Amino acid sequence: MRQSRLHVPHPPARPGEKPDFSYVRISPAGAVARPDTRVPAVEIEALGTEMVRVLDEQGHAVGPWNPHLEPQDLQVALRHMLLTRLFDDRMQRMQRQGRISFYMKSTGEEAVAVAQAMALQPGDMLFPSYRTQGLFIVRGKSLVDLMCQCLSNTHDMCRGRQMPIMYHSAASNIFSISGNLATQFPQAVGWAMAAAIKGEDHIAAAWIGEGSSAEADFHHAMTFAAVYQAPVILNVVNNQWAISSFQGFAGGERRTFAQRGPGYGIPGVRVDGNDFLAVYAVTQWAAERARASGGPTLIELVTYRAAAHSTSDDPSRYRPKEEWQAWPLGDPIQRLKEHLIRLGEWSEDRHKGLEKELDAHVTACWKEAVTYGTLTEGPSLDPLTMFEDVFHEMPPNLRHQREELRRLMQERAGAAGAASGALEVAGEG
Amino acid sequence: MARMNMVQAINSGLDVMLGRDQRVVVFGEDVGYFGGVFRCTDGLQRKHGEHRVLDTPISEGGIVAAAIGMGVNGLRPVAEIQFADYIYPAFDQIVSELARLRYRTAGEFSAPVTIRTPCGGGIRGGQTHSQSPEGVFTHVCGIKVVMPSNPYDAKGLLISCIEDEDPVVFFEPKRLYNGPFDGDPHKPAVPWSTHPKGEVPDGHYTVPIGKAEIVRAGSEVTVLTYGTMVHVAEAAVKLAQADAEIIDVRSMVPLDTDTLCTSVCKTGRCVIVHEATRFSGFGAELSATVQEECFWHLEAPIARVTGWDTPYPHAFEWDYFPGPQRIVAAIQSVMEAR
Repeated sequence: MRQSRLHVPHPPARPGEKPDFSYVRISPAGAVARPDTRVPAVEIEALGTEMVRVLDEQGHAVGPWNPHLEPQDLQVALRHMLLTRLFDDRMQRMQRQGRISFYMKSTGEEAVAVAQAMALQPGDMLFPSYRTQGLFIVRGKSLVDLMCQCLSNTHDMCRGRQMPIMYHSAASNIFSISGNLATQFPQAVGWAMAAAIKGEDHIAAAWIGEGSSAEADFHHAMTFAAVYQAPVILNVVNNQWAISSFQGFAGGERRTFAQRGPGYGIPGVRVDGNDFLAVYAVTQWAAERARASGGPTLIELVTYRAAAHSTSDDPSRYRPKEEWQAWPLGDPIQRLKEHLIRLGEWSEDRHKGLEKELDAHVTACWKEAVTYGTLTEGPSLDPLTMFEDVFHEMPPNLRHQREELRRLMQERAGAAGAASGALEVAGEG
Repeated sequence: MARMNMVQAINSGLDVMLGRDQRVVVFGEDVGYFGGVFRCTDGLQRKHGEHRVLDTPISEGGIVAAAIGMGVNGLRPVAEIQFADYIYPAFDQIVSELARLRYRTAGEFSAPVTIRTPCGGGIRGGQTHSQSPEGVFTHVCGIKVVMPSNPYDAKGLLISCIEDEDPVVFFEPKRLYNGPFDGDPHKPAVPWSTHPKGEVPDGHYTVPIGKAEIVRAGSEVTVLTYGTMVHVAEAAVKLAQADAEIIDVRSMVPLDTDTLCTSVCKTGRCVIVHEATRFSGFGAELSATVQEECFWHLEAPIARVTGWDTPYPHAFEWDYFPGPQRIVAAIQSVMEAR
């Protein structure tokens, strides 16, 4: 007798096994055609299965997607990506030393946020995920500000209300990072709809991981974006792992994530997420399309989460240690560096010099940030501020609760004062 | 001034705000061309255009999420959730996002979204068209919750909500759309045209959020209620022949504790009436507040009259509905207690 069987996805390799990325379909650099941005989604469905790539194995930029950026722009890009990585490394160490409670690195995925932010206009609204710190770096948010948020100190933009890395910046047009996954995806569509309603030409862009593309919010976003042809770029960063769940658990075994786009009538473009030039070019294509009333684009950025999910995670428990070394799309920083060297616009020495300069910058920023306090020492935020910003104006029940806490704090301070007074008296005796 | 039922009053409130403020947009399922399943948005798309009065996909989570994005981008969205029973797919967006945005960004971002949603039973709607989930939302910090009980308040409160800087869930007791309902389903329907609160100004006015209203002054017992039950309580008080003070709470968050507790301290007796289920219902919060503020003035235990702790049953609607019989009994027991 036959009976139905449940298919439980398994990653190709577990700890101790040989990494195997044969499931990742990779197009040769330069091989994918670049359609006109006005072509209907139905005519370009192949973009969802192919992989847009510009940098070849020798570090040349090839093919129709080459954005032909100036070497100076590429050097700026390299600087942003390197700064992102060094910042991440420092914050990870500071977490290990107990200076901050938590951190999430974007190591190996830096090209995603950096290239996409650089390809968009400053007035475009970005709805980040928790692994897109590069957006803040490109838009000029100071590292000190980001560090102060992680430290929950007196300069914390979130005033001590959020875990580390939940940044935002209204001035930089970057929305607030939510700990609830994928919620920002349909919000970005709403933002883009409003831009169109108001007759403005700003667009919105949002990022989620492939894992959270399983949330209903992904479907809400895709449906609304398609129905209203909202000027929005919806990015799925497929870094292969959602904590311990490989991309098969989000449905990646049957179709690519980009292929979901055509199902909604939205172009789906799959891109080498570790190829700065390809990511830049694809984002530019989608932005041009959105700005010209061509509607939304779904971009799948194929990359690899080289670091642990967070400082609370230990990936050696669920994947081979040497997986990143086996990742076929390499390291985005290394690849852009090799391209610049190939162009004669960079060198190993200049790279080392830049690393040293940026590392010193990160150190200086950290030294400044801790002068504003840490979670456990130095100047600290007034706990009474916790009652502010729940509402625009504080309602009576919150005013009463604030007064109650104020009394408790005064009692504690009084008791501490009395205790130290008693010690002094004892000392005198 | 005009005679309006609650549907017309809500329609008028939306119309006034669409006309006054270009930032206002109105959307939801069947809201645009058709004008809403309860007709609350009838004619608004024709008048204000399809960019400002929109039909949406059947996607409550998407509706609220889009409203948040629009609010962040400077609009004042008024989203309709067709029945409060269908609001749960949007719960994460309301609780984790809409309500917390100002707080988590220390005031840098906020979204002044109004969510309109019809609630309550007595319309043969069964468990999926009769719920009163207001208490679920009052437990969420960062969101205001209101429920008008008549056309005048509905329009004035709705305008206040749209003009408010904070997100608000605006519950519309759908049994009251066409007339005040006294709890007796066998009586002929009474239209709003015979009720003083059916007199509604044509233009702009507001009823403040956070203010309860004394519907009937009295000295012997205080009845705290809102929505449909305001009218049922009025009928019950007549039957009980008690000199009751009936207070329409109107705004659950923020709560007008002063008006409520001043009354209970005066009368020394309190009956709380709502249509929603009893356990952890909003009445529990009212009861706790009254007990904390009025304990030494109370002559009797506080009584609650609510829906039973079951889903709203289609065939037994009038055994479920906390009608005049139960309210009269509660008033009498509170009056007799010594």
